[in-house]
Amino acid sequence: MAAEARVVREYESIREIRGPLVIVEGISDAAYDEIVEVELPTGEKRKGRVLETARGYAVVQVFEGTTGIAAVGTKVRFLARTLEVKVSDEMLGRVFNGLGEPIDGGPPITSGVWRDINGDPLNPAARAYPEDFIQTGISAIDGMNTMVRGQKLPIFSGAGLPHNKLAVQIARQATVRTGEEFAVVFAAIGVMHDDALFFKKFFEETGAIKRAALFINLADEPASVRLITPRIALTLAEHLAFDLGMHVLVILTDMTNYAEALREISAAREEVPGRQGYPGYMYSDLASIYERAGRAHGKKGSITQMPILTMPNDDITHPIPDLTGYITEGQIVLSRELHNRGIYPPINVLMSLSRLMKEGIGPGKTREDHANVSDQLYAAYSRAVELRSLAAIVGEESLSEVDRKYLRFGEAFEQRFLKQGFYENRSIEETLDLAWEILAILPESELYRIKDEYIKKYHPKYRRRRQQQEAKAAATAS
Amino acid sequence: MAVKGRIIRVAGPLVVAEGMSGAKMYEMVEVGEERLVGEINRIVGDKAYIQVYETTTGLKPGEPVYGTGSPLSVELGPGIIGKIYDGIQRPLDVIKEVTKSIFIRRGVKVPALDRTKKWHFKPSGVKPGDKVSGGDVLGEVPETPLVTHRVMVPPDVRGVIKWVAPEGDYTVEDVIAELETPDGGKVELKMYHRWPVRRPRPIVEKYEPVEPLITGFRVIDTMFPMAKGGTGAIPGPFGSGKTVTLQSLAKWSSARIVVYIGCGERGNEMTEVLESFPKLKDPWTGRPMMERTILIANTSNMPVAAREASIYTGITIAEYYRDMGYDALLVADSTSRWAEALREIAGRLEEMPAEEGYPSYLASRLAEFYSRAGRVKVPGQPERVGSVTVVGAVSPPGGDFTEPVTANTKRFIRVFWALDAKLAYSRHYPAINWLLSYSAYVETVAKWWHENISPKWKEYRDQAYELLLREDELKDIVRLVGTEGLSERDKLILEVARIIREGFLQQNAFDPVDAFATPQKQWKQLETIIDFYRAALNALQHGVTVKEIRERLADKIRAFIMARYNVPNDKLELLDKIREELLKGIEELIREKTGR
Repeated sequence: MAAEARVVREYESIREIRGPLVIVEGISDAAYDEIVEVELPTGEKRKGRVLETARGYAVVQVFEGTTGIAAVGTKVRFLARTLEVKVSDEMLGRVFNGLGEPIDGGPPITSGVWRDINGDPLNPAARAYPEDFIQTGISAIDGMNTMVRGQKLPIFSGAGLPHNKLAVQIARQATVRTGEEFAVVFAAIGVMHDDALFFKKFFEETGAIKRAALFINLADEPASVRLITPRIALTLAEHLAFDLGMHVLVILTDMTNYAEALREISAAREEVPGRQGYPGYMYSDLASIYERAGRAHGKKGSITQMPILTMPNDDITHPIPDLTGYITEGQIVLSRELHNRGIYPPINVLMSLSRLMKEGIGPGKTREDHANVSDQLYAAYSRAVELRSLAAIVGEESLSEVDRKYLRFGEAFEQRFLKQGFYENRSIEETLDLAWEILAILPESELYRIKDEYIKKYHPKYRRRRQQQEAKAAATAS
Repeated sequence: MAVKGRIIRVAGPLVVAEGMSGAKMYEMVEVGEERLVGEINRIVGDKAYIQVYETTTGLKPGEPVYGTGSPLSVELGPGIIGKIYDGIQRPLDVIKEVTKSIFIRRGVKVPALDRTKKWHFKPSGVKPGDKVSGGDVLGEVPETPLVTHRVMVPPDVRGVIKWVAPEGDYTVEDVIAELETPDGGKVELKMYHRWPVRRPRPIVEKYEPVEPLITGFRVIDTMFPMAKGGTGAIPGPFGSGKTVTLQSLAKWSSARIVVYIGCGERGNEMTEVLESFPKLKDPWTGRPMMERTILIANTSNMPVAAREASIYTGITIAEYYRDMGYDALLVADSTSRWAEALREIAGRLEEMPAEEGYPSYLASRLAEFYSRAGRVKVPGQPERVGSVTVVGAVSPPGGDFTEPVTANTKRFIRVFWALDAKLAYSRHYPAINWLLSYSAYVETVAKWWHENISPKWKEYRDQAYELLLREDELKDIVRLVGTEGLSERDKLILEVARIIREGFLQQNAFDPVDAFATPQKQWKQLETIIDFYRAALNALQHGVTVKEIRERLADKIRAFIMARYNVPNDKLELLDKIREELLKGIEELIREKTGR
C-alpha cells in the first residue's frame, strides 16, 4: 500500500451487479487489491476485494457471492488495506472456515502477525534446493517417486479413487530420518461434507490435530472463497516454516474446485478465455499457489506441498492437471484400472514422477543402489506392460522365454511391490529389498540399468550365497 | 524532457495513465509512489497503457507516473557472468543481500552491474588520433578465469580517440576512453553501456552454421545435431525431461558463454543451477561452469510482465558476448510461458485474440526472437566471428504439438527435438523421439565429423537411423504375429535396435561418466553397434540364429550397453576391447556352424 495514511471510504452507489462482481461508481481512489466490506440493508456484512480500479469506478469481487445484494441501500466500504490474515502457531490444533475464521467453537486467535495472503515470491537466489528424504512408508512412492522436504508433489486422481485415503496415510506416516515431525496445514477447497468429515475425523482420532490447522471451504459455500482459502493456508505455512522454523506439510484438496472457481470469476469479468474457457492466466495463478513451497538458506523450516486434484474424466491432458504438472515437481498419478483390480494404493508408477528424487536418495540418504534399482524397475515394468498387451493379442506362447519372465515380473511388481495395506508402513530398506526380490525373477543379463557392484552386493542370489558362505565360515570356525 | 502523468486505471499488471503526451512507445516508466518499473505498450491520445513489471497491489488512480525517456535497456559490461538476474536485469543475489529477506519485495532498485568492484583493464593499443566505430575493441578485462571480456566501442558510437586510460584497475563507472564525434562532440566511454533489449545488436554479415555445437548427448550430436549459431526447439509434455535436457545443454555444450533463461518456470530449477554449476567442471576447460554462465530467472510466480521481457534481456546479453567473438548458447525454458505472458498482456489490453486467445502477432514475435540467433561477422576491429545458438523449450498444453506456440515455433527453427511422454514413462532419457525429431544441420556438420572424427560417420549414422525406422515398422507386424513369426533378419534388426536404444540413445544426465560423451566416444559406440550388426548379418547367412547370438553374447551385449557408464571418455580402448569381444563371439558362432 502507498505510504500515506488513508481512511475507510463508504459508497452507496452501485452501478452494476454481475455474478460475484459489484461495480461501484463515484470512487476514484480505490487501491488495486484493496479489501472491501459490503453491508446489506439487513445488516449482513460480506467481504470482497478490488479487481480493477479506475477514476470514477471500482470493480469489486464479493467473496460470499452477490445473492441478495441490491443496487440501492447497500453500503460498500473500502477498508484501506489489502487482504491480510493474522497468523500464529496458536492456529495449530484448530479448525477454520475458508476465510480463516474459527468454526470449532474455540476462542478467536489473539496473538500473531498480520500478513498479506498473496505473499511475496521466494527469491530463487535465496532458495535452498530440497534434498531431505521423506519416508512415506509407501513403496511406490519411496522406491520410485521419492518425496523430499520442500517439494511440491501433487496427487492426480479421478472421481471415486482413494486419493483421500492415500493422503492421510502419507500425512500419518511421513517422517524424515532425523525424526523431526511435520506440522500439517490442511486446506479443503470446495469439498463435499463427507470428505471434510473424513479428514476431520482422521485428524481428531489420530491425535494429529494437535499439530495441524484445518481450513475448510465446503462445496455449497461461495466459489470466490475458494480463491482465498489456499492462500490463507499457505500464509500460515510460510509463517510456521520461515518465522518459526517448523517443517510444514501442506495438503490442498481439491485443486480442481479451485480452478473451476477461477474460471467462474473470469467468465463473470468477461475476460478473453484461453483453453476450454479457463482464463489465460491460470498457469500464473496456479503457480502463485504451488510455488509457495520450498526451503531457504538460513531458515530451518520448510514447506512441502501435496495438492490433490481430480482429473475431469480421468484426462491428464485436461488444462487443470496439465498446467499443474508443468508447475509442480512431479506428480503421483492414480489409476482406475489398478483400483478396479483391487490394488491399493493404485499408483500408476509409469505416469508418476518425482523431479527432486535424485537429490534425496543415495548413500547417506537412502541406499547407494536406490537410483539404479528404481530405473530398472521402471524399465522392466514398462516392458512388462507392453508385453502384456502384446500377449493379449498373439498369445503368451508366441513370446520368447525372456519375455515370459517379464510377464511374471509385472505380476509380482503389482501384487507384491505396489500393493500394500492402509496401515502398512515399509521402511526404505524393506522397499528396496522387496524390489530386488522381484527383479530376481528376470535373468541377470537383463539388469542393464544396475551397476555390477550393486548386483553383486544386493541381488538375492549373491546375498544368499554370501550368507551361506558366512554360515559355513562360522561353522568351520567353531 | 521526461513526462509525468497520473494513473487513471489499474487492472492487474496493466496500468493506464493520462497526461503522458510526449511519451514514447516502449519507453520505460516508473509507476506510483513506489516507482515500480513499467513499460509503455500502447499510446492513445495523451493516455499511455503501461505493463508493470512488479505486482500492482495497492496502486490507485491519482498516483504519479514518471517517464524515463529511454526504452527498456540492459547494462552491458564486465560483471554479468556468474550473476542471477530477474527478467529486467535486477541482480537477485544482490537484492537478497540488500533486503535481508528470502522474499522479493517490490520497488527495490539495485544496479545490474556492481558499481564498486574494480576490474583490471588492459588497453588494446588503440591510440589518440585513431578513428574508431562501433564494435572496435578498446581493451580487455579478465571477467572470469574462463572469459576475457572485450571492452568495445558501443554500436552507435564513432569518432576519433582523444584519450585512452592506461592499464590499471577501474570500476564500470570510470571513464576509460574519450573520443570526439564527427560533429565535434565529446563522448566519454566507460566499460559498460546500455542497450535497448528489443533492438537486435548490429552485425556485418550472417554465415551458414557449419560447426557442430557438441553437447555430449549422443542422440543430439550423432542423430539430430545442433550447429553453432543454429536454432532449435524442445517441445514436450510435462515430465518428459525438457528442463533436464536444457540444463544438460547448458552444462556440457561446447559454447563459451551460456545464457540460461528460466522464463515462467520453477524456482527450484534456478536454485539447482545456482547450486550445482559452481561445483561442476566444464569438460572443455576444467573450470567451474558458473564462470561462463548467466542466469535470468523470472519464475512462474514472479510478475508476468517481466517474464515477457526476460527473453529479450537474455538474448541481448548473448548478443553482447557474441560481439566479443564468442560462441554463446541461449537456452530459454520455456518459450510457451513467454507466449502466455504475451497473451495475458494482450488480453488486458483488450486486443482481438487469434488462435487459443494468443495475440495475432505471436508468430512475428517468435520469428523476431529466433532471428536473433546466427553465426555472424560482428562489427569492429579486430575482425571477429561470433555466434548465438538459441534453444527454446516449448510446453504444449496436453502435449499437443499442433497448438499455436509449437506450430509457429516450428516455422522458425531448424532442429526439432520432440520429447515423448511414452519414452519418459519407461525412463528412456533423454526422451527424444527419433521418429518425430529432425535436424537440418546433419549435412552441414558432416564435414566436421568426417575431418575430425571418422570419414565413415555419415554412413554409420544413417544406417543406425534406418535400423530405428525399420524397428518401428516391424513393431506393427509383431503386434499381429508375435516376435517368433519374424524372419531371422528382422529379429536381428529388433535386437540391434534395442541395443541402439539402450546403449546409445539413452543417456543418464546424472551419471558422472554417462552424462557427457565426447565425439570420439560417441563414434566408437556407433561403430561397435554397426559393425556388430554387419557381422551378425553375415552370421545369419551361415545359419546362425538370432537366439544363439542373443544367448551366447548376452553378457557381452550387456557389457556394451553398460559401457555408457563403465567406459570413461579417456579410456576408449576399453570400448575397442568390447567391440573385439563381440565380433569374436560372432566369428566363433560361425565357426561352430560351418565346422571351420
